Order: sequence, then C-alpha cells, then structure tokens
Amino acid sequence: MTELLRPRAIGRDLARRDGVAKVRGTATYAFETPVEAPAYAHPVQATVARGRVTAMDTAAAEALEGVLLVLTPFDAERLASTEDREYAVLQSDEVAFRGQVIGVVVAESSERARQAADTIRVTYAEREHDSTLSVDRSDLYTPEKVNPSYETDTAEGDVAAAVAAADVVVEQTYSTAMYHNNPLEPHASTALWEPGADVPLTLWDSTQGVHPARAAVAKVFGLDEEQVRVVCPYVGGGFGSKGTPHANVMLAVMAARALPGRPVRLALTRQQMFVLAGYRTPTIQRMQVAAGRDGRLSAIAIDVVEQTSKIKEFAEQTGIPTRMMYASPSRRTTHRLAALDVPVPSWMRAPGECPGMFGPEVALDELAEALGMDPVELRVRNEPEVDPETGKPWSSRHLVECLREGADRFGWRDRPPPRHRDGDWLVGTGVASSVYPTMRQATSTSLIRFEAGRYVVEIGAADLGTGTWTTLPQIAADALDVPVEDVEVRIGDTRYPIASVAGGSSGMNTWGSAVVEAARTFRDTFGRNPGDGDEAQNGVDQAATDDDHAAYAFGAQFVEARVHADTGELRVPRMLGVFAAGRIINPRTARSQFIGAMTMGLSMALHEHSVWDTRIGQVANHDLAEYHIAVNADVGDVQAHWLDEHDPHVNAMGTKGIGEIGIVGTAAAVVNAVYRATGIRVRALPVTLDKLLAALP
Amino acid sequence: MKPFAYARPGDVTEAVRTVAGEPAAVFLGGGTNLVDHLKLGIARPDVVVDVRTLTSREITDLEDGGLRIGAAVTNSAVAADRRIRERYPVLAEALLAGATGQLRNLATTAGNPLQRTRCVYFQDVTTACNKREPGSGCSAVGGYTRYSAILGIPAALPDPTAPETCIATHPSDMAVALAVVDAQVQVLGPAGARTIPFVDLHRLPGEDPSRDTVLDHGELVTAIDLPPLPAGARSVYRKVRDRASYAFALVSVAAVVVGEGDVRLAFGGVAHKPWRATRAEAILRGGPLTQDAVRAAMAAELAAAQPQPGIDSGNGFKIPLLTRTVVATLRDLTQAAGA
Repeated sequence: MTELLRPRAIGRDLARRDGVAKVRGTATYAFETPVEAPAYAHPVQATVARGRVTAMDTAAAEALEGVLLVLTPFDAERLASTEDREYAVLQSDEVAFRGQVIGVVVAESSERARQAADTIRVTYAEREHDSTLSVDRSDLYTPEKVNPSYETDTAEGDVAAAVAAADVVVEQTYSTAMYHNNPLEPHASTALWEPGADVPLTLWDSTQGVHPARAAVAKVFGLDEEQVRVVCPYVGGGFGSKGTPHANVMLAVMAARALPGRPVRLALTRQQMFVLAGYRTPTIQRMQVAAGRDGRLSAIAIDVVEQTSKIKEFAEQTGIPTRMMYASPSRRTTHRLAALDVPVPSWMRAPGECPGMFGPEVALDELAEALGMDPVELRVRNEPEVDPETGKPWSSRHLVECLREGADRFGWRDRPPPRHRDGDWLVGTGVASSVYPTMRQATSTSLIRFEAGRYVVEIGAADLGTGTWTTLPQIAADALDVPVEDVEVRIGDTRYPIASVAGGSSGMNTWGSAVVEAARTFRDTFGRNPGDGDEAQNGVDQAATDDDHAAYAFGAQFVEARVHADTGELRVPRMLGVFAAGRIINPRTARSQFIGAMTMGLSMALHEHSVWDTRIGQVANHDLAEYHIAVNADVGDVQAHWLDEHDPHVNAMGTKGIGEIGIVGTAAAVVNAVYRATGIRVRALPVTLDKLLAALP
Repeated sequence: MKPFAYARPGDVTEAVRTVAGEPAAVFLGGGTNLVDHLKLGIARPDVVVDVRTLTSREITDLEDGGLRIGAAVTNSAVAADRRIRERYPVLAEALLAGATGQLRNLATTAGNPLQRTRCVYFQDVTTACNKREPGSGCSAVGGYTRYSAILGIPAALPDPTAPETCIATHPSDMAVALAVVDAQVQVLGPAGARTIPFVDLHRLPGEDPSRDTVLDHGELVTAIDLPPLPAGARSVYRKVRDRASYAFALVSVAAVVVGEGDVRLAFGGVAHKPWRATRAEAILRGGPLTQDAVRAAMAAELAAAQPQPGIDSGNGFKIPLLTRTVVATLRDLTQAAGA
C-alpha cells in the first residue's frame, strides 16, 4: 500500500501548456524540424504480394535532376541486425507482402523524390500468395505467448459440461474487422548522419517513445545508444502505431547514412499508412456462454482466430479480458493464428481488450435477452469478489458502481421498449462494460534540477497529444510540494533520462512514479531550500510494485442508436461512459482522452473496416475517402464521467491510466443498441445499413 | 507525380485553343478532384490550363424564367443562392449533401459534374483498370464493389478481362440533380459553341471506359442552364451514405413531382453516369402515385440491374435500398404537397 500524494495541482482543470504553440502552428513536428538543406526520401514499394525482385531499373530515376540517391536491395548497406524482419529494410530481394519497401529515392524535393520513385521499373519472380483469414485453415498455429507475454490458452473447470447442463446457452461467432491507425500526423522522420560527431545520428521522429526508438535504431545499425539521439517534442497522434518504430524509420536512417551531413526527411503518404504502420488484425471470436435462470454464469469461453504476418509474429491478446471480467466457475480462452502474406500487425488502441470485449459483451446481451433479464443486472450478478484468473483481491473494482451511475445518468430505467419508433427512426439503447489493466513499466528515470528559482523536471517521456506536457508538471508539483507554476517539465528527447513507451495506458503510471521518486530524493538531499543547480535523479521503484492485487480500470458505456426505418441509416445521438480509473490528474485532458476513445469505438462500430482484397493482397480502401472514420456529423452527445476512485495499491499518484479504456466495449454497446432498435443482431463489425435492411418495416 | 506546365490564358478562347492544341493538356477548375489525381499519378498531363478566372462567376436570370450558372460559380455559392434554393431545392440539397464546406468553397459548377468516376482500383495505379489503362482489365469485378454500379452494365459483362468492362460510379451529387431538372450544358470548343442536354453529357462505359463524358478534347463547359420547372413542382434530393457526412452515396435519389402524374427521377451511386430513370417515369406518368405503383415502376427500372458480387457480399443491397429510398422520397414529397 502506498501513501498517495496529497492532491493540490493534481485534479486541477489546467489548460494544455503546449496548446498555444499548437494552435499557432509553432510547435514543430518531426517532418518540419528546422534543418539546413533538407533532402526528401520516398519509398519504392513492391507491387506483388509475394516473390522476389529480380531486377530494378533505376536509370531513369537517377537521371532526373535533383535526385541524390537511389537505394535498392542490391546496393543498400548491410544492417548489423536483421533479427526483426520488419526492420530489415532492403536486406533481401524477397517480397513478403504487397507494398513492402524495396527501395528508396532521395531528392532535393519531395515531389521529385516521388516522381523518381514512380519511374523505377521492377521485375519480379512472382509467387502465389495467400492472405485469406479463415477459421477453416489447416495451418492455424498456437503462438508461444500473446502480446506482450500473456499465456496463449487458459482453461479452468469444464466448459463443455457446464454448457451441456446450463439452463441457457449462447454459442455464437463474432468478428471484428481489420483496422488501421490513421493519426492526423502520418509517420514521419527527419534523420541526420554526421559521422565525425560525438552523437553521429540525430533522428527527429514521430514516436511514442524516444528511448525505445533509440534502442531499436541503435541495434539495427550496430550503434551504441550513446551514438544516437532521438527527439520528439510533439506527436500528432499515435494510438499504438508509433509505439514501436516501423520500416519507414529504418529507411530514413539508412538514407541519411548514405548522405552524410544532409538531413533527410521521410513522411509516409496516407496510402502507405495502410501498409507500413501496423494495423489491428481482424479477429474471429467463437463464444460460449452458459448460465442458470438466475443469470449466474456457469461457463464463459472464447476461442480466437486471427492473423499475423509471415515475417514477424504479432499475436493480439484478444482472449484475455474473458479470463478476469466475470465470475464463472469454468472458463476457457484460446488463440490461434494464421501466418499470412500480409503486412505486420501491431498495436492499436487497447490491443486485446478492444476487440476482446466485443464478442463477450454482445454475447452477454444475447444471454440477457434469452433470460429476459436487464443486461445491467446480468452484469451485476456476475461480479466476482476476487480476480477469477489469479484469485487475488482487486486493488479496486467499481464496475457495478459505474453501471449503476451510468444507468442513472443515461436514463436507462426509462428506456424505450424494443423496436420503439420515433417518427422515421427506430430507437434502441445498449450497454457494455469496459476494462483495461493497470500497468507500470519497469524502467523510467527522472532528473530534477533547481534552476533560477524553478524546478526543472527532465524525463524522456512522450506527449502524443494526450497531455503529458501539462499533467506531468501537476504530479511533480505535488511531489515537490510547490505550485505547479514553479515546475517546468522537459520531455521528448533522449538527452533526458530514460523513459518507457507511451503505451498500454502506462505512461502516467510509470513516468509519474519516476518523478515522485526523483522528487523524494531531491527533497531528502537538498531539503526545502535548494541552491541553484542542485539536482537529483531517481527512477521507478520496483520494490513498490504491488504483486498482491489485481489492478484494472473499469467502466460502463451506454449508447442510444437510431436506425432509419426507410433506409437503415444509423445514427448514434447519445453515448455516455462512466469510468473508475483511479485518480484523474487533469479533468480537461482526461475527458478528451475518454471521449476521444469512445468516438474511436463508435467509429469501429459503424465505419472502420480495412477491406482486404485477397486477390491482390492489399487493403482496397486505402485512403481516408474510402476508409471511413466517424466525422463530426456522426458524433452526437458524448459524455464521459468518472468515479472518485481511491486506489492505494497502484502507485503514488493513485492513477490507473486512461488512454485506452474508453474504446473498450463501445462497439458492443452500439451493436446491443441496434439490436434493441431493430431486432437484428449484427455479429460482424462494422454495423452498416445493408445488414439491417431485411428487418426494416 | 509527373511534372507539368501551368498555363493561365487571358480568355476562354485562348484556353480552348491551348488545350485543343496539346494532346496531354487539361483544364483546371477548383482542382478538388484533378489535384488528387495528379498526386496519385492517375492524371498525367503535360499542361494544366487554369480557367478559374476566365469563366463566369455569376448566376443570371434567363428569359424563359430559368437560370444560367457560370462555370466558375462555386458549389457553395450555388447552394446559397436564393433563386436556386426557392426554385430548385433539389439542386441546393444535392450540393450541400456533397463533400465538405471547404471543398464546396473551391469546387466549381463545371468542375463538379466533370469529376471522374470513382472506384478504389481506378485510384490505385498498381492495379489493373480499363479506365486508367485501356485494355488492362477491371480489378473491381469480384473485388470491392460496395460503391460500384448496378445499372448500365451490358448483360454480357462484367468480365474482368474484357477491355469494355468498367463498373465505376459517377460520384457527383450535383450531377444527379442537374439530370433530373433537364439542365443544358453550354460548351465552347475549337469548332465553336454547342449546347448539350445534361442527361447526355455523361456516358456509359460502352466500348471505351476511359471516357466519362461526350466532351471532345479541348471543349470547355462555360455555363449550365436550368430550365424553369413547371408551376407547382416540388423537388428533393435524398442521399443515403455510410456516414452522416463527407461520404459518397451508396444510392441517391433526385426527384421532381409536378402533381400526381408527372414524376421525374434521377439516381446517383448506381451507374457510370447520373441515372435518369426514364422507364420508371414512363410507368408513373398519369398517376396515381401509390407506393405499389412506385414499387412496380422501380422493379421495371431495375429489371436489367446487375448487382455485383464481391468482398463482403457485394452490392446487391443497392436494389432494395434504392427502391426503398425512392418509395420514401416520393411518399414524403407527395405528403408534403398534400399538407
């Protein structure tokens, strides 16, 4: 148990410190870093899904005025490490998926680089490719672990026997689509290689972690980490897709190393974002849920089939929320993968929980329907006293309170009957639960220095637009017991002490803990009246890690859906979430994260879908005109509320992390609301009007 | 992107001469479609001739009671014009259903109907496409067909390997409204001026999917005329799409009703051109306009429709969706008239 910081700055509704610079356009992003005489790189991509590059005619490209460099697999530098095949750019003539990088052109302008790349004629020895995900594949395999290191399969009790004996059973298959992260700022870098300098490689990169990016780049190029500086003060969104570097970063560095002294800029086009920046695998979830007439679960099982690429495994941990969410004596979770000739999947907001709370939360709604029970009450009845998976007590769990408060605020009790009609619209309401594990990374250090009457806090953390620039000073101020105005935080540069990735909703939990430890050390060393230049550093306190409790954030989401009686058009005028996510550092930035994630969940429910064309092995709708995300007109009244949750077990701030939980369960709530409105249960996302036409009056 | 020369001639005659004299020259209006295509390598002109300041930016009254819209009038300006809103609500509504405010502020009266047909494979130079590379085949057949055509496809097609095959749809909302009001297109070409009925401006793929319109190379649209609608005419535009804004139509319906016996219908999202439903109109002529009558008329109109199989069960849903949308649109128009 930790004594929580006394909140003074924490909890205040402070405006973003970087807001003015961003609104004025003076905040510099990776691609626009002011440098002398930048050159511009454009990738050359494979136009076959599998095979070998047998020849590349680069003569026309090289002859164009302003072209500085063309690299191909036949002449690129050999990398020190090719262990990670996503990073092993231009190391082989093999093509493992359509759109893979097979070359790069660097020129005096981005237009010239793109033009030159277009002129390169590539000859392939094409081979048959296979990119069809199906539960019927004979080559599905069992990964050793699922992301990042969870057990692949778990089993407790006898699901089959429970299903056979149950009063009510729901056995259905649910599926989520392939999704691509498309932050406003595409993946972009500026790389500078100065061989004689102390730090020969400087990389301005749009990343969720400058230190993890540095480690990856150093390894690939055989450099010491001290030879690499990664800088990233601002990020125009990441959502996991910038949590690890992708091939584009290695390509930018490789191009810079071939042009010593010239800064090289590389930004992915929107179309390239659909190939090179990772994506969420489609998932197929076979659910079994069994219960007695009283609604108490006797079994819950999820068998997941999903995909990965042949060159690098990423196993989305879709089954894990089923392991701990509800009390059930028998439970089973499995993951099976198809390794396909496809790009490399990766992190996307709430990997695991986001797709993994779709099937279960819709299945529970189907169970409530079969039982004739209120779906809120059904969830309450299956509230476990301790973590079903580990048997540990909860650090805090307020799901029932979230459900009850959400139901009150939403007006759940007065909800309209099934297939209610209001003018031209069929109206329905739905509910689903949210969950996200509370994580803290093992490594992060902060340095605090007293400088000209203020406290400067340095840590190589990241702000993806989430608010770190603003919230970390609030934590530092309370840890140092000074006004927040007296604290300056510096982040986004490997010159500052090591910090973990902004991922898994662990950023604030981890960096905040480091800042608290550093503040303690500072005060212990220098007291309350330090001298100018006094400094101290300390890091995350591993000894303080609580292994005795299961720590999760919980939430409940309520949705009103409207379906046009003539056309099936879908609208969601109201969404309301209540979350129990520990202490909230800053209500302004927190609300933005919650409603942003809920909107992303709405987008997943109604729109998002990377349409995979198995004939050619690529996403057919690979731009933002065709890959729909929710636009303003799709988003009605979105409310996020939170409970004042006190959790002394998680960390010194009492925070649980809020970046991801808002997208968990949202799509299920929408599907459940659409069912109530229409009587049609859409088990394959997205919910589009064509799936509802048959039910319309 | 291929480099190109940029020309800004002094007047329309010079502009026409410049484009006519250069095989790979194109006119530039608002650029909201062309500039995308330049970047993607779909359009590869040698010369881009900017006509934005050369054609009229005025909407003027015609002697017959109609309106003439200058080619350079922006979509926003047309949608906001009081005369358009009062006399041609179908056009104002269609414009406001298209794109976004920012795009409508740039897009022009001539440019909007002349945007290219849409198809994800046409937009991707790494795939086969008869429109982009005649004779290369059609990737859309059997692929992602959600936004593809169902009408105007010859019975023998679609064959993905046949050079005639193209199942792209024309994406303009404005064009569907212009088709239903029998607009006339004023054109200036190297051989002089001519007038083209709007319904004849766009073509079906026929033998040559690369051509979207009947305009000859160098012909410039200078204005679009709207004839007066009959007294008592009511009109409306109904667009059905996958999200609430900023999306192309799955189907759309432009309707003009003059009493019970005169119904005019045009559809978007279902064919290579704005689809004037002449067969349905003929069946409905003389009324009465019951829902059963409308359904029967739609069944006749869609008798030759070819729903396209494809990824995620294709686009067969467009047949019931379009029928339902037409029934609802005419129901609402006639109920409003009765009220």
